[in-house]
Amino acid sequence: MLAGEHGPARQWAIRHQVAVGQFFDAPDFVAVGQAHIMADTESLGPSGVAWLEQLAALPSDHRRVRIPTITDPRGLDFDSYQRLKQTQVMADIEARAIAAFEALGVLMTNTCINYQTILPPVRGEHLAMGDTGVVIYCNSVQGARSNFEGGPSALAAGLTGRTPRYGYHLDQHRTGSRHFTLSHQPRDLADWGALGGIVGKATNSYWEVPVLTGLEAVPNSDEMKHFGAALASFGSVALFHIPGVTPEARTIAEAFAGRPVPPAARIERAAFDAFYATYAAPGDKADVVVFAAPQLSLVEMAQVADLLDGRRVHDATSLIVTTSPEIKFAADRMGLTRRIEDAGGIVAAGVCFYQSYAREMAEANGWQRLLTNSAKLVNIIAGYGYKPSLASMARCIDSAVAGRIV
Amino acid sequence: MPVVLKCHRGIGPTVAGTALVAADNFSARYDLDRLKGVFSRPAHKLVGQSYVDVILVLQTAKGGVASAWMLREMTARNMAPKAIIFNRTNTILAQGAAFAELTMVDRFELGDPTTLIRTGDELTIEPAAGRVTILNRDS
Repeated sequence: MLAGEHGPARQWAIRHQVAVGQFFDAPDFVAVGQAHIMADTESLGPSGVAWLEQLAALPSDHRRVRIPTITDPRGLDFDSYQRLKQTQVMADIEARAIAAFEALGVLMTNTCINYQTILPPVRGEHLAMGDTGVVIYCNSVQGARSNFEGGPSALAAGLTGRTPRYGYHLDQHRTGSRHFTLSHQPRDLADWGALGGIVGKATNSYWEVPVLTGLEAVPNSDEMKHFGAALASFGSVALFHIPGVTPEARTIAEAFAGRPVPPAARIERAAFDAFYATYAAPGDKADVVVFAAPQLSLVEMAQVADLLDGRRVHDATSLIVTTSPEIKFAADRMGLTRRIEDAGGIVAAGVCFYQSYAREMAEANGWQRLLTNSAKLVNIIAGYGYKPSLASMARCIDSAVAGRIV
Repeated sequence: MPVVLKCHRGIGPTVAGTALVAADNFSARYDLDRLKGVFSRPAHKLVGQSYVDVILVLQTAKGGVASAWMLREMTARNMAPKAIIFNRTNTILAQGAAFAELTMVDRFELGDPTTLIRTGDELTIEPAAGRVTILNRDS
């Protein structure tokens, strides 16, 4: 591949991987089972799309990926972009990017919950996953092995079928290094995200592995999803252990690989209260209420529909729900989409809000105050000019109906 | 003699430029207005300041896979920093630097570069040699 005998795409890919591998002192490469490409058009930009199109124009045997290669949410949903006041220019560049990826043999799954909906990873499986929330879930909850792989690196892994062996592919980086214990239990998904934010801020390094003790119940997949996504977003963390729950930590001793267990930093109710207070804006007009980041599971879609039944989103407030294309089909079939949209919400598929030209949407729709139950989203979205607030799903919906934060 | 700092082997070509330093982190998606070329996240220590054509010296890369594409897009539009020096980067920014052919180094022998380098220092970065030289100061 380095010599170019497999074409210029694979030659670029292996050169890129050698440069990254040398930077991280990787001893060799490891074969990976899946690659997951984060490549929304806002991130790609015109230069990135043009670069993909160059690869897509190569002969078939030179351009197609060698392993199952799937995609993270896109920049735009063709069925809902006009209602969100996204532009035709955005739709056109999106169509070009999709055509290029399809020519490369990439499966357009357009999801950041692929671990729930597409091909859940297996313990010990080496992967090249994009989206930090996907990586931390696959590493921690499923015991698979991936670094944060940016779009170009994930595509390179798809083209070569391997990735440099460094970071979370190696046993030595997967041992617990920080210890946190709970004296207050999370009650809902927003709390789980807040907990991820609290631990993430305290950890604040890709190379640290927090271990969480003191839980009174086993979290479900959506709770783990919100915890991990916020932990990765606030702290750049790629792996956590919960002794007795996550697969590489049957006991606390195993979480720390037999080393002395460090004293635990206690997380009390005051830490949760302080986290919410950072984003509190009671009484403010709610311009837009967003359920996203990560995309909603079918169970979350049903929860939103149930909370909206018999109610109507305020005329001055927009309510947006994002999910994966697979879950959208299921939600359509089960009537959930209709119930949410009949109440005044918009269900968008294959997008995740913040990857969808958030700044331009805010300007076009006059949005500033954003309310969500996603701690990951409140962390990200301020950079796009929004004023974010965090509340439970139920309070978000009460606020959407009232038109102000209740 | 200028001050010479040893670091891990880096990515990208040798460059020279002026340092902009903060004991803060970096994400192209979370922290920047990439159209205006300034830091935009209100809580960032460099909010309002331009990052274009300077050598950024920061603590670490934050969550956000998008930065891997965004560095190349920023470079293509001539709206990128000249180089980024981290105390310790994460994988995304290293991959993004490799894709964008942007100079990046981290892991300094003497510790945190945000305390070793000051805003306004004139620097030369030699990634292949793992060396950063502060030209305006004597050792």
